[in-house]
Order: sequence, then C-alpha cells, then structure tokens
Amino acid sequence: MLNTFMVYVENKPGVLTRVASLFRRRAFNIDSLTVGRTEKPEVSRMTITVDADRDQARRIEANLYKLVNVLLVENITNQPAIIRDLAMIRVAATHEARSHVLELANVFRARVVDVAPESLTLEITGAEEKIDGLLELLRPYGVLEMVRTGIVAMRRGSKSAASTRTENTMDDAPDGVAYSV
Amino acid sequence: MTDQTITTTSSNNASKDKTTMTGASILWECLEREGVRVVFGYPGGAILPAYDALKHSKIHHVLVRHEQGATHMADGYARASGEVGVAIATSGPGATNMVTGIATAMLDSSPIVCITGQVGSKLIGSDAFQETDITGVTLPITKHNYLVTHASEVARTIREAFYVAKSGRPGPVLVDITKDAQQGTWEFDWEAAKPQLPGYRPDLSPAPAEYARALELIHNSKRPVILAGHGIMISGAMREVRDFAERAGIPVALTLLGLGAFPASHPLNLGMMGMHGEAWVNHMIQEADLLLAFGMRFDDRVTGNLKNYAPNAKKIHIEIDPAEINKNVKVDVPLVGDLKEVLLALMPRVESIDRSEWLDHIDKLKGDSAVRDIQNLPDSGHLYAAHVINDLWRQTRDGNAIVVTDVGQHQMWEAQYYKHEHPRSLITSGGLGTMGFALPAAIGAKVACPEAEVWVIVGDGGFQMTMCELATLVQENLKVHIAIINNGFLGMVRQWQEFFYDRNYAATPLLNPDFVKLAEAYGIRSMTVSERSEVVPAVRSARQYEGPVLINFKVEQEDTVYPMVAAGAALHDMIRRPSPIVETAEDE
Ligand SMILES: Cc1cc2nc3c(=O)[nH]c(=O)nc-3n(C[C@H](O)[C@H](O)[C@H](O)COP(=O)(O)OP(=O)(O)OC[C@H]3O[C@@H](n4cnc5c(N)ncnc54)[C@H](O)[C@@H]3O)c2cc1C
Ligand SMILES: Cc1ncc(C[n+]2csc(CCOP(=O)(O)OP(=O)(O)O)c2C)c(N)n1
Ligand SMILES: [Mg+2]
Repeated sequence: MLNTFMVYVENKPGVLTRVASLFRRRAFNIDSLTVGRTEKPEVSRMTITVDADRDQARRIEANLYKLVNVLLVENITNQPAIIRDLAMIRVAATHEARSHVLELANVFRARVVDVAPESLTLEITGAEEKIDGLLELLRPYGVLEMVRTGIVAMRRGSKSAASTRTENTMDDAPDGVAYSV
Repeated sequence: MTDQTITTTSSNNASKDKTTMTGASILWECLEREGVRVVFGYPGGAILPAYDALKHSKIHHVLVRHEQGATHMADGYARASGEVGVAIATSGPGATNMVTGIATAMLDSSPIVCITGQVGSKLIGSDAFQETDITGVTLPITKHNYLVTHASEVARTIREAFYVAKSGRPGPVLVDITKDAQQGTWEFDWEAAKPQLPGYRPDLSPAPAEYARALELIHNSKRPVILAGHGIMISGAMREVRDFAERAGIPVALTLLGLGAFPASHPLNLGMMGMHGEAWVNHMIQEADLLLAFGMRFDDRVTGNLKNYAPNAKKIHIEIDPAEINKNVKVDVPLVGDLKEVLLALMPRVESIDRSEWLDHIDKLKGDSAVRDIQNLPDSGHLYAAHVINDLWRQTRDGNAIVVTDVGQHQMWEAQYYKHEHPRSLITSGGLGTMGFALPAAIGAKVACPEAEVWVIVGDGGFQMTMCELATLVQENLKVHIAIINNGFLGMVRQWQEFFYDRNYAATPLLNPDFVKLAEAYGIRSMTVSERSEVVPAVRSARQYEGPVLINFKVEQEDTVYPMVAAGAALHDMIRRPSPIVETAEDE
C-alpha cells in the first residue's frame, strides 16, 4: 500500500542525502520524494510516498526519527489531506488533433503553456489520479515528453503540528515523550 | 571519568571563556570540558593544526599504529568505562582506515567520537590531495556526522557530537574538520555553544497503558524467560534487572553482549542464548510462554529461524530505540524507553509468583548438556581451547578481570567457559564480528581502567590483523595479557566448511609466524603452552609479571564449537557434541 509521509527537516546541507540514504539502506522503496522550503527558513519539508505495509510504515517513521536532523514525521495516509502533483505534458497536436487536445485540457483544467506547430505543452496540477486520467486520454495523440514533480501534501484543517515541534531546543524539550505502537 | 574531573576542569577553564582561539585550540578545550583525558590517534597533513595545538592541552594522546586501531581503542575505552571514547586521524586514508572501527561501534551501540582532518574548505570537491568525502562514506555507519568548515562551528559541533554519541541509543559520531577551520580563529564561548538539536529525542517513555498490559502478561505467565542484552549495561540497570528477576522468579538468558549484565553465578542465570548458546537455554526459549526482552535487539544469531522462534510465547520488549520494535520479532507489548526507568516504574506492581515447576525444568535440560561438556569428558591428552579458557577463568576470578575477545571459535568458547560476574567485563565485537578488534580494544579498556586486569583472547588469524598495535601497548607501558588461541586455522570458517562444505578447507589453514619471537621483537615477554598442565602455571606467571605477556596456546586444530544452530535453522534445532552415553548405546 502507498503511504504518504510529511517529513519536516532542518534546512541544512546534506539532509536530503541522509533521508535518501536511509531508505536505500533499509531497503524501503521510495515511490516519490519532493523537498522544498516552508514558512520557516530553518525548516524544509519533504513529502515521501513509499510502498509499505502498516508495520513497515511504522518502522519507516521510527527510522526517520533516528536521523538527528528530522524534526517531525507525519504519516497522513489515512488522513484528510490535500495532495497535489504537477505535470508538464508535451503532446503531439497536428492540425486535426489540436482542438481535441485543447478540449481535453479544458475539461481537466490543464493550462496550455507552450504552443508549437506540431505540439502543445500542457501544465496540470492535481491529485495523481487526475493527472493519470488526463495522460491516459492524451496517449492516443502521442505523448512526446512528460515530467512530473512528485506529490506535495498538506493536512486539511487548521492543525499544524510542525509549529510546536520545530521550535523546541534541548532546554525546553519536555521530560519525556510517550510512545506506543 | 568522574563528574568531579569534569567540574574541576570547567572551573579551571572559566577564565578562558570568551577568548579568541584557533579552531584547533577550541577543539582540545571542548574535549577537555567534555571530560576527555585520552585520545587515540595518528597524525597527517590535514589534522596537523590540531596536533600542533595539542601541546597546550592536558589530554594524553596515544599514538596508534593504524587508524583502525584508534577506533577500536576508543570503542574498548567506551565499553569498559561507559564514557565516550575519542579517536583522531587525518583526511583521506587516515579517515578511511577508521571505517571498520566506526561500523563496529555502530552495530554494538558504542559511544565514540571520531575526529578527522579535512582539506581546506575552498578545496572541497576538487579531488584535492588526500580528499575523501568521509561524511558521505560514513553516513550509514554513524549515528550522526558533521562537516565543520569554520572555526566558529567547532565548539557547538563537539558538544553536540558528545551529546548525540552517549544519549539515547549510543553510537559513533564523526566530526570532519577542514584545515582552515582548525587554523582560523574565533571567540570561544562555551555557554553560547550549547547543542541545538531540535529534532533529536533520546528521551522516550512508554504510554501508561502499556505498563498495565505488560503486567497482565507477566502475571499470567507460567513459563517466562528474560532475554538480557547489552542495553542493560548501557542503561546501568543491572540492579533493577536482578531485583525484577528475583521478585518475579523469572530465569535470565543472556545475549553475547549481555554477558556480565546478570551474574553468572546467580541461581536464575541460564547462560547464553542463540547460535552457540547453551542447548537448555534455547530449549527454554522455545518452550516459553512469555519472553521479556531487556535491551536486546533479537539479532539473527539470537533467534535462529524467525518462522518458528518461540512460537508459543507472548513478547514484551523494553527498548530505547523505537525502530527496533517489531523489526525482527513481532512483540505484544513494546515498552519504549530507558530500561532502568521502565523497570523502576514496573517493579512496584510486579507480584512475586511461585514458578518452581518451570525452574525445575531447567535442571532436567541441563543434565543432558553436562554429559556432553568437554570439561566432563575423559582427558585425551589434547589441549582444547575450552580448557584454556576455563582455567584462565578460574585463575582470574579473584580479580576484576576484563576479557576482550576477537572473533571466531575462541570468542564463542570464551562466552561459554568464562563465567562473567560483572558488567563490562566482556568486551567483544558482536554485531559486526570484526576480526582484529581484540588487541586494540583491550588497549582502550586498559587505558580506561588502569587498575583492572585485562586479558585479550584472540585467534591466530584475527591477531595478525591488528598485531601492529603491540607497539602501542609497549610504548604506553600497559600491562595487558594476550592469550593467542592458536589452532592453525581460521577456525570458525573451517567449522562451517566442516559442516556445510564437505570439509573442503579452502583458504582456512594458516601459516603462522613464530608468535613468541614476534612478541620478543616488541620486547614483550612470551611463551608457548601446548599441554593442559602448563596452562595454570603460565597464567599465574603472566599475572605476576609486571609487564605485558603473550601466551601462545597451541590448541587442538580441528575442534568444534557446540552447540550450533545452523543459519536458517530453528533455535531448538542444534548440532550437538555427540553424547558419550548415546554413542556407547549405539556401539553395542
Ligand atoms: C561468531 C559470532 C557468533 C555469535 N553468536 C551469538 C550467539 O550464539 N548468541 C548471541 O547472543 N549472540 C551471538 N553473537 C552476537 C550477535 O551477533 C549480536 O551482536 C548480539 O546478539 C547482540 O546482543 P544485544 O542485542 O544484547 O546487543 P546490541 O546489539 O548492542 O543491542 C542492544 C539493544 O539495547 C538497546 N538499548 C540501548 N540502550 C538502552 C537503554 N538505555 N534502555 C533500553 N534499551 C537500550 C539498543 O537500542 C539495542 O536494541 C555472535 C557474534 C559473532 C561474531
Ligand atoms: C575482518 C573479518 N574478516 C573475515 C571475517 C570472517 N571470519 C569470521 S571468524 C573467522 C576465523 C577467525 O579465525 P581465528 O582468528 O584464527 O579464530 P578461530 O576461529 O580460529 O578461533 C573469519 C575469517 C571476519 N569476521 N572479520
Ligand atoms: Mg584460529
């Protein structure tokens, strides 16, 4: 089953390597990994999707926490969340096909970002399935080139667990953290 | 190292606060403030500024003969004392020579800090002379590592390195410091250089509900066994484990790295479990209805085949590292936290229960093993390693001997025949199984505990991997005794070839140097022993001599460690030493 983790890490050199190395070393298979800035300059955020069962998912979380630079891990697999992928798709669009492709783009709310005599380039954001759906329909016309960012995710609602956690230093850390599996 | 040393050092240094210093001087200053008295190292270009600044420091530097030795010494120091051991080396080849020692410390959760020089920060990435990306190389074999490129980062990094190395589940931390960071200057301010580790949480504790579930399992169990591991020593929970076992009346089996955490002479001590554990211990585990794992990680040498491991037992796992929970063995109740604290919380609610039926069962199982024990077989005139180790144990029981073993058959015989009463009295490479560990680790142990009697038990193969450290031993004038168990073979591998490769002894017979002459070349007193009757006199004379002694024990060449659980076999499915009783019956 695909698990989605949101991982808050210190924004320091080499942290991405540490996370990637962990997945390789423990033979967990990354499906997609994205990393980028957050509202706090000292914090970066990764969205990682991994194929894992429940038990493995728990171990992935525990192993991520063993990395000193990891601040917070949340498995949002079964939680209400906004999940977005971005794709750019260059599709062959000769004279006859062009209007069909544009129609599809319209239905999927994809934007045309480049027009060439023989092709159109679409940009689409959305859940992975939505992008997969568009791709499926474009395939018969000839997909010349495609690139996807991998997903980024955010919980729904106002809750932001990261804000409490990332401000802790050693001094104001609570005495103990309850743990159960 | 006592707290006292640390406080005195800090107050002496108070005047030095907020002075401008080179990164190199800040390094030594911080090490002193962390309580370091000794470092093990080897110099070279990229670490020279640090060596140059050493003259202003009270820290003693032990010059090793190979950087691998420095890491094992730091490791031996850490395991003997419970304090962080420190190794130091130059960039490139100096740093890569440390890799084996770092991996060894990582797998056995040993707290060491390795400091390496690095080429100047401007040269990084240019394939400069002796440039190796050592933080990249050691990423998967350190608990954490750092690249320091500016003098301003030295103090905080060292403080963090020590804190990370020894807290929670301990492990090795590497700090790579560029040459310009050592040479540059900065205002040194110890207070301001406090660790900043916002994501690091070594202080987990179990949810209260888990205690109740654990107690229920304990009180309902008729056939419980405690699996005592290395975590007991790390946590300093010897007393609590003992109180718990006695109160609940539960027998205690130990892992290799747990030996000494529970006294061998205690009536509830079962002995070692696992691949070369005692047969009755493995049978008890397989028959148990409850396993209580205390600071042990269900290594594959401990469990045998997981499919039929302790099939009828519920499992309680007290463990500080959440990533160990359900890794190999699925547990019913995880108690994640420091063992000592968890046991103290559990203890008042543990009822004492009469389990005499279960305990009597042990004696039945033990009887069968006793008749197979080589100690009880008629004297064949041969010198067996088991004899040597058993005699060595008897001779050194009065002292507080620390035994440091290498890897192989002799390591297993030591575990079986040397009865450890005290924690940290056995130092051995369990997880990585690093040949060449023993001699340097023993040097580290002796430096940490100068009053202790230290014995190296090492194979003729492994000894030759790091025997250059004999020079370090002599140079530091350390009284460490070395017992080479010389069987003319890479014995443990030969045993596998005997059992599983049709006795095809490919590349396992050894052509050895004359170990006595070799020792003499270093100025070390030495002798060869090949008769049982000579063992005790040799050990006695070594103990009385004021310097180090090397004894070359020429033992039976094709001897076998029994019992043995073959790789992939179930824990109760052991290859046993033939029983003389069964054999006679078959002969008729
Ligand atoms: C040739 C050879 C043969 C071997 N045969 C055997 C054998 O027959 N039997 C055997 O037992 N071993 C054997 N070993 C050793 C084996 O490979 C493992 O190294 C050993 O079993 C590990 O023991 P451990 O789990 O107690 O220690 P470690 O591997 O050091 O694990 C300690 C555990 O305690 C936890 N811990 C640390 N601190 C705390 C704390 N404060 N509170 C709670 N938990 C804590 C750690 O997180 C870790 O999970 C053999 C090794 C070799 C080289
Ligand atoms: C560095 C290293 N290389 C190889 C091995 C594999 N190995 C395990 S035990 C062993 C034989 C050890 O021989 P020796 O030191 O003579 O000890 P003995 O088993 O004979 O007591 C070998 C080669 C290892 N553990 N470590
Ligand atoms: Mg040998």
